Amino acid sequence: MPTIKRPVLLAASAVMAHVPGLLRIGSKPAREIARDASLVGRLIENSRSFDEAVGYAPNQAFIGAIHPREMGPRPHFNRLVEGGQRFGPDGEIMPEREFLGLMALADQFKLMKLAPEIGSAAAAALEQHPLSDALKPQKLAAAIGDPMAENARGALALHLGSGEYAGALATGHSEDANLAASVIAENLACKASGALALAHLLRLNKIDPASIEYVIGCSEEAVGDRYQRGGGNMGKAIAEMAGCGEASGADVKNFCAAPIPAMVIAASLVAAGVFRRVAVVGGGSMPKLGMKFEGHLKHSMPVLEDTLGAVAAVVSEDDGRSPVIRLDHVGRHKVSSGASAEAILEALVTAPLDGMGLTLNDIDEYATELHNPELTEPQGSGNVPERNYRMLAAMGVRRGLFGRDAMQGFVAQRGMPGFAPTQGHVASAFCYLAHARRALDDGGSARRVMMMAKGSLFLGMMTGHSDGMSFILERNGG
Amino acid sequence: MDPHTQQTIIDAVGKHGRDNLIVVLGTPSPEAAAIAAETVTIGDPTYAGPLAETRLGLTVYHILEEQVRAALDPAIYDQQVGLMAESLDMPAIAAAVAGVRAAISHEGK
Repeated sequence: MPTIKRPVLLAASAVMAHVPGLLRIGSKPAREIARDASLVGRLIENSRSFDEAVGYAPNQAFIGAIHPREMGPRPHFNRLVEGGQRFGPDGEIMPEREFLGLMALADQFKLMKLAPEIGSAAAAALEQHPLSDALKPQKLAAAIGDPMAENARGALALHLGSGEYAGALATGHSEDANLAASVIAENLACKASGALALAHLLRLNKIDPASIEYVIGCSEEAVGDRYQRGGGNMGKAIAEMAGCGEASGADVKNFCAAPIPAMVIAASLVAAGVFRRVAVVGGGSMPKLGMKFEGHLKHSMPVLEDTLGAVAAVVSEDDGRSPVIRLDHVGRHKVSSGASAEAILEALVTAPLDGMGLTLNDIDEYATELHNPELTEPQGSGNVPERNYRMLAAMGVRRGLFGRDAMQGFVAQRGMPGFAPTQGHVASAFCYLAHARRALDDGGSARRVMMMAKGSLFLGMMTGHSDGMSFILERNGG
Repeated sequence: MDPHTQQTIIDAVGKHGRDNLIVVLGTPSPEAAAIAAETVTIGDPTYAGPLAETRLGLTVYHILEEQVRAALDPAIYDQQVGLMAESLDMPAIAAAVAGVRAAISHEGK
């Protein structure tokens, strides 16, 4: 029997793609445009430029250039970060032409055609990209064609945020709804952004792609055909695109919560000695683009849900310095746990803490649902992270750890403002991994960070339950 | 309130009659509570669902309002709702829903 090894979070990355043109094929905008075609014009009028997306404080926090607590007062959309850059310590914000090129590179079945001027611009930009060796943009030539001809054959039209025609995506199979162009578009956007996150992680941390033995996909998209709708393995598709030739992979599905069980499974594989290095990758969710656009239009704001977010992490054997993933007490929402807010938090937070002999005060930072409230509040969905942190603080009050007057301090000290795009699984703690790794590294401020996520299983109509899971990251040798 | 939920409420009214129903909201903010309360009384103010311009005039309360709490078993209430009562802005939510009720009763007169 191999001895149990301590798994650590070796590295994490976070990337965005600014895709205001793909926004109109997000689930909600597409449905509304079908009812009222004039909406297209309003979306174009209210779209953000790339510079505005780069200078947006929550996006700078997403790529690690600033901490979420350093974003400054709201609103952020009309007060851009001075000197905000496309590339940050944890990844980048990719402009839409290049990202369309990346989607075409992800498309091995030649379904996507880019208009010549868009394809050429994308190829030229990707040639200059720091990851050009891994992404192989020279292959883009094959994707440059006549999208109008494709469009005439019933393909899905692709546009830039400006409204300019960018290309077309053919259906994968005329009789299979699971391979419709709209589905392929979602899956290509997911694969391309996930591969971009993993490729950045490998380069930024000087990790040999061949050292990755397994890639677990935890994206929201379902890859498959009519006989296996959620057949899967975005993980392996991303491994291939990111150049991890020695890896195989599989997917973990659990609605928005998926990244946390994926991380726990990755850490368990390492602990058991099955693999030495396992990557966990969540690509961007195209259906969620523009999900709450009506609120933004109503409040005369730019349509801010115009960016895909993707996150990658590598879990490895103990290197003596990276944060340890505590597998001895993970939080999990059991079938018997109960559905009240308190029952969920007991299962996810206080039960594992009790098991370790710790209290809520022993966790320096909680990473929970970190949706940017500037995206959710205009549509009446409130401030999700603040609500979560207040509930955690209320747990402390109910357990007699501190008085009600200390709740606000608890929220300010151990919580943080939401900064993630409304990309479900990415916003659910996963987006904070790279920040957490920094906070737990030498010179960092934290000793323990709890990562927790919840998933709305009931949306799939197979159970009335939700789910959730959590784990604690701990400073190595601390 | 999403269109599916609005339809569920319309169906319930058809089945049980409006006088036999009370809507108990669980929305986490005063703004969302007011919108939901309006939706089931004077109609969906966001015009997003089948209750747009439909006056159901249902009786509506929020789970965090005193009248609801007083009507329920204290132990079960604490177990199921206690944490939310502790963490949400209970007075503002109660005031928002009471405000909608008051406006409607005033209109009725």
